[in-house]
Amino acid sequence: MHSTGQGRGMLPLKVKDRPIVRALLAAGCCARCALRFCCVGLQSAYRQSYEDLASELHAFVSAEPSSMEHGKSGDAPEKGPTERPPCKKMRLETAQGSGEGGDTEGIPEAHADADVDTTATAESKVCVACLGVLQYFCDKTYAKKVAEAVTAERYQFDSLVLSVSLPAQLSVREHSTWLLVKKLVRDKGACQDKDDIIQVKEAFKWIMNGLVSQELGVPVLAKSLFEVSVGFTHPETDEDCHFLATTCSDCFKPARNKLSVFTRMAVVKAVEKISEENFRRLFPCPPTHPATRCAALATQCLHVSVFVAGRYNKFSRTLPQTPWVIDGERRMESSVEELITAPLLSSFRSEGFNFSSSGREDVDVRTLGKGRPFAVELLNPHRAQFSKEEVRELQEAINKSSDKIRVRDLQIVTREAVGHMKEGEEEKTKSYGALIWTQRPIEKDDIEFIKDIKELKIAQKTPLRVLHRRPLAVRPRIIHTMTAQFLDAHHFHLNLRTQAGTYIKEFVHGDFGRTKPNLCELMKSDTDILELDVESVDVDWPPAIED
Amino acid sequence: MEVGEQRETPSVIDRYFTRWYKTDLKGKPCEDHCILQHSNRICVITLAESHPILRKEKKIQSINYQISAGCSRLQNKVSGKSKRGGQFLTELAPLCRITSTDGEEYTIFSCIRGRLLEVNEDILTRPNLLLEKPSTEGYIAVILPKFEESKSITEGLLSRAEYEDVVLKRAGVNVEPC
Repeated sequence: MHSTGQGRGMLPLKVKDRPIVRALLAAGCCARCALRFCCVGLQSAYRQSYEDLASELHAFVSAEPSSMEHGKSGDAPEKGPTERPPCKKMRLETAQGSGEGGDTEGIPEAHADADVDTTATAESKVCVACLGVLQYFCDKTYAKKVAEAVTAERYQFDSLVLSVSLPAQLSVREHSTWLLVKKLVRDKGACQDKDDIIQVKEAFKWIMNGLVSQELGVPVLAKSLFEVSVGFTHPETDEDCHFLATTCSDCFKPARNKLSVFTRMAVVKAVEKISEENFRRLFPCPPTHPATRCAALATQCLHVSVFVAGRYNKFSRTLPQTPWVIDGERRMESSVEELITAPLLSSFRSEGFNFSSSGREDVDVRTLGKGRPFAVELLNPHRAQFSKEEVRELQEAINKSSDKIRVRDLQIVTREAVGHMKEGEEEKTKSYGALIWTQRPIEKDDIEFIKDIKELKIAQKTPLRVLHRRPLAVRPRIIHTMTAQFLDAHHFHLNLRTQAGTYIKEFVHGDFGRTKPNLCELMKSDTDILELDVESVDVDWPPAIED
Repeated sequence: MEVGEQRETPSVIDRYFTRWYKTDLKGKPCEDHCILQHSNRICVITLAESHPILRKEKKIQSINYQISAGCSRLQNKVSGKSKRGGQFLTELAPLCRITSTDGEEYTIFSCIRGRLLEVNEDILTRPNLLLEKPSTEGYIAVILPKFEESKSITEGLLSRAEYEDVVLKRAGVNVEPC
């Protein structure tokens, strides 16, 4: 076993790495972490089985003739390098300095046996730096577990990105381990940068991306619409971070949405800020040996949102745009939003949605003509690929589900494109049709003057009906054009083209004289609005879809 | 074809507001107020149709929102969604004083607890609105009750039916001419 590992000669380690590896193993680092701290960037070195790597590494550190000499004078060969106290490793290293160039020599049997024995006592072998992430969760077994969790969710995806969340204290332990290495190389006069160390995450992905890819049969990429997240916790060492709060209190400000102030980002920042002297004083270097390995969190899957846009008509005067709930009780049976999103949710198998539209209409107002632009963000869709034909079928499904609404131009759009819908909402014009009642009996000629009114400037105080939730203000609005069709002595039909944001109902009845001028003043009679329809919303998005 | 004023559909007030009344304010006979409460809790304070100004078709001499040397309702300003800065009124806070040409002075009261949002400045320049459209354009003030008090503020007020009852009895008994 050892001879094979050594025979491959895969490890791109140099003689100068030997004391570092030895010290790291002695401090309780796992084989992969030892490679990391030696800045080994050869991915295949991490991908070989942990056992092979471990024995190869032990062979490497034991191959040193000076360590043999050292073995004669002490009990080190029996205990193995991992159990040597830090003070001895310093001696080893000095010895190594005087006897360079022996890294290809064979391993003494005594060393090999001792190593095998210590590997067997698993509990004490949990890595002080990665807490077991690179030891116990970087193999085919764990890749299978991840793949099973993903498969069970029945997502449709053709690639994925693997993300890893590690316990925050790993940064503290990483720093402590780095300080150990730093001291070694400094004593040797060599220079090494912390940034050159291979991060736990990086090593994890080097090993796991390929394995997960094999299990799921799709490429694991650096970027993908589909994200699979694995995470680890290690409650035993959670308190490792706490000393930082005393030295860098400004890094740990409580946030409403955080369970703990010791977030990964905050800990990284605090570790960057703290002086080496303080760190060494407040935290053991190397880190203490954990008794337990870390635990894997449940694998989480997330597909980026899909945005679906279109235009809707609303043909009902008893249908609100969004669910209408007062004091926890529903006021109306359904809503435009629900009628549109129900078929979308089930087809995209998404976990939720955000509905937005270019303005909104009151419950008793119909939206006719080409309809009102809307967009639905489908959250975490399990299926995201739809052909144009399938989208058309979806539109039909929505339209068949209710005669209260109708949808057209349904299409999948980008997140950026949804912005067009809200752009310049105020500058747009809207057209309305209204049924007007007049108190004073009218004749055809009495409404003739209306069509001659152009670009009428009105001042609207915030309508009483929305004043409870909007600031009180007087807003200037423009009614571009109006036309009227006589119906009977007390009724006529009024068409208006207005600046978006004009309150039509208040323009007609005057809202206690708070909209001025209003139709009552123009007609010299009390007037009221009995029915209102939105005839067009002049926003040229989303683009029309031809049948 | 002159069916005229009688409409078949409910008016704006019927559709969105509940009418509440307070009669004989401060013990002054027939000085009745009407409070229109919108379903969103906002209240509009108006004269009730039985108020002497309306019943006797008084001519308005002046309307004064300066209710004391240091306090004018015209100074009231609110800002933001939460209507910060509005004067807070209790039930018997005076809103304005109306003097008729016969020298009578009538004080109009808030009737409910809440934040003053606005007073009707149009009636200062067109006092006749008060007589012609007392329950719409001739309103006195708009008040926003506290959210948690939006139901309790009307407890001491009369419903439309109770008010009509009071007015009917008043006409029957004819205690004293208002």
